[in-house]
Amino acid sequence: MIWVIARREFGAMFLSPLAWVILAVIQTILGYMFLTNLDNFFVLQPQLIQLENSPGVTDLVITPLMQVAAIILLMVMPLLTMRSIAEEKRNRSLTLLMSSPLSMTEIVLGKFLGMMLFVIVLISMLMLMPLSLYLGTSPDSGKLLSIYIGMLLLLGSFTAIGLYLSSLTENQTIAAISTFGVLLMLWIIDWVSASLSNGHTVLSYLSILQHHQSMLEGVFDTSDIAYYLLLIFGFLVLTIRQLDRERLL
Amino acid sequence: MSDALVQVENLSRYYQSHCAISHLSFSLKAGEVLGFLGPNGAGKSTTMQVISGNLAPSEGEVSIAGHDILEAPRAAKQQLGYLPEHPPVYRDASVDEYLKYCARLHRIPRNQVAAAVDRVKQQSGLEDAGMRLIGNLSKGYQQRVGIAQAIIHNPPVIILDEPTVGLDPIQNREIRSLIRSLGDQHSVILSTHILSEVQATCDRVQIIRAGEIIYHSSTKALNQGHESSFKVALRKPVNPEELLSLDGIDHAESLDAGRFRVFFAPDANPDALVEAAVQQEWGLYELIPEQQSLEDLFIELTHSEESAAK
Repeated sequence: MIWVIARREFGAMFLSPLAWVILAVIQTILGYMFLTNLDNFFVLQPQLIQLENSPGVTDLVITPLMQVAAIILLMVMPLLTMRSIAEEKRNRSLTLLMSSPLSMTEIVLGKFLGMMLFVIVLISMLMLMPLSLYLGTSPDSGKLLSIYIGMLLLLGSFTAIGLYLSSLTENQTIAAISTFGVLLMLWIIDWVSASLSNGHTVLSYLSILQHHQSMLEGVFDTSDIAYYLLLIFGFLVLTIRQLDRERLL
Repeated sequence: MSDALVQVENLSRYYQSHCAISHLSFSLKAGEVLGFLGPNGAGKSTTMQVISGNLAPSEGEVSIAGHDILEAPRAAKQQLGYLPEHPPVYRDASVDEYLKYCARLHRIPRNQVAAAVDRVKQQSGLEDAGMRLIGNLSKGYQQRVGIAQAIIHNPPVIILDEPTVGLDPIQNREIRSLIRSLGDQHSVILSTHILSEVQATCDRVQIIRAGEIIYHSSTKALNQGHESSFKVALRKPVNPEELLSLDGIDHAESLDAGRFRVFFAPDANPDALVEAAVQQEWGLYELIPEQQSLEDLFIELTHSEESAAK
């Protein structure tokens, strides 16, 4: 049942031009970034050879590329998640799911998975760029895998947050803006000065891109994984509760 | 419990402090069509939303085919087809895609989906609309898609919230006959404010006002049980007393020049009146039987309540 909803959700994204445009824009911009980074790497290469333990192509090309990708996606994901529930509420088509023999958990998980399928397509297309490096050199496969999983978890948490905020309103624009606000807040939350010595560690733990950074560097830390999984789980539960609560209002 | 398919007991629903329905109780047997009537804002839609599990009741219980809607929502909803006020369609899907999706949502096995879609398309007159986008369909066709969606899993209980809104008279008649034919095998709850529709399609009528059931009867009884009256027009001026002296006439009132409303005792017929008219050359040129229609009843009930409230 979850799968039925997920497939419909995934298919519906491609029925509007939005998904195509987003894929095209992101791919173009990051493709350009990738080529620029690669160019810089060629300039630096002669000097790097003389260094001991020098950073490789993955560190100098892919990691910065994915850092930029994360920030662009932070701005783009709200546009993808905004319609998930808000649009159905506005069109009154949510009633179809509500009066079908489904639990609220199945509905929410179906929606989430449908968007994750899109996210997988998106990341896989981005990963084609690093994979193309295999043609001429040998990037660090372990690091690439860590980057891939890192992106998946990061976008998964963006999606879960977006889904929750979309369930709060009938208005897609409000859903998008509030999602963007929350994501941005989670990004800049650790920008406070280091003078808040105690608070700073807490705030930097909360920061969503802080955890992403270590995964981009190939550090596969359980605390980072736990952070993302908790975030995803938490917001999915909130969404389920929100939809359940609406029946009582 | 009895053989009732839908059992509603003591159902109340509040929106904050506003009470939309209060202490409703009714039941629906297999193969019955129940008409739900009421003025705007009487709580028809709310009741249907609660029965279909879209809203949680504030008080009371709803059970569908023996499954409580709150305790066993999945089993209850499997027995239920629901067409809300606004058909819950995806404008960006084609009719076929949409109905397939609905079929899968209602756990119809994959190999029976195509057959189910064909069946409901035929039942609701959508045969040639299969490939069209729902967003491009007219309101009437969207309404049909909504009905098709509600019956795709062949549920024993069908709830239709104003199913004929926005349809042209021909479609209207088709949908009514569809509802009638559904009533043979399924139990149908139908809400509407078109009174003739209820008289045409329903076995039982319930008039609801301000969240309470104020009238409840079978349509058959409604069509029969009232004393019959005739509108009589005569060319020659006649004294109402003369009419009263005739057999079987309870009561007569004069309307305008030469016209009378004559009330007969139940089961009496107007023979005596016609005979007298012929013999005494009253010049009878109009004799129209009047039936108390649902409309009169509806207006009478909702009106009298209103004036009582004042």
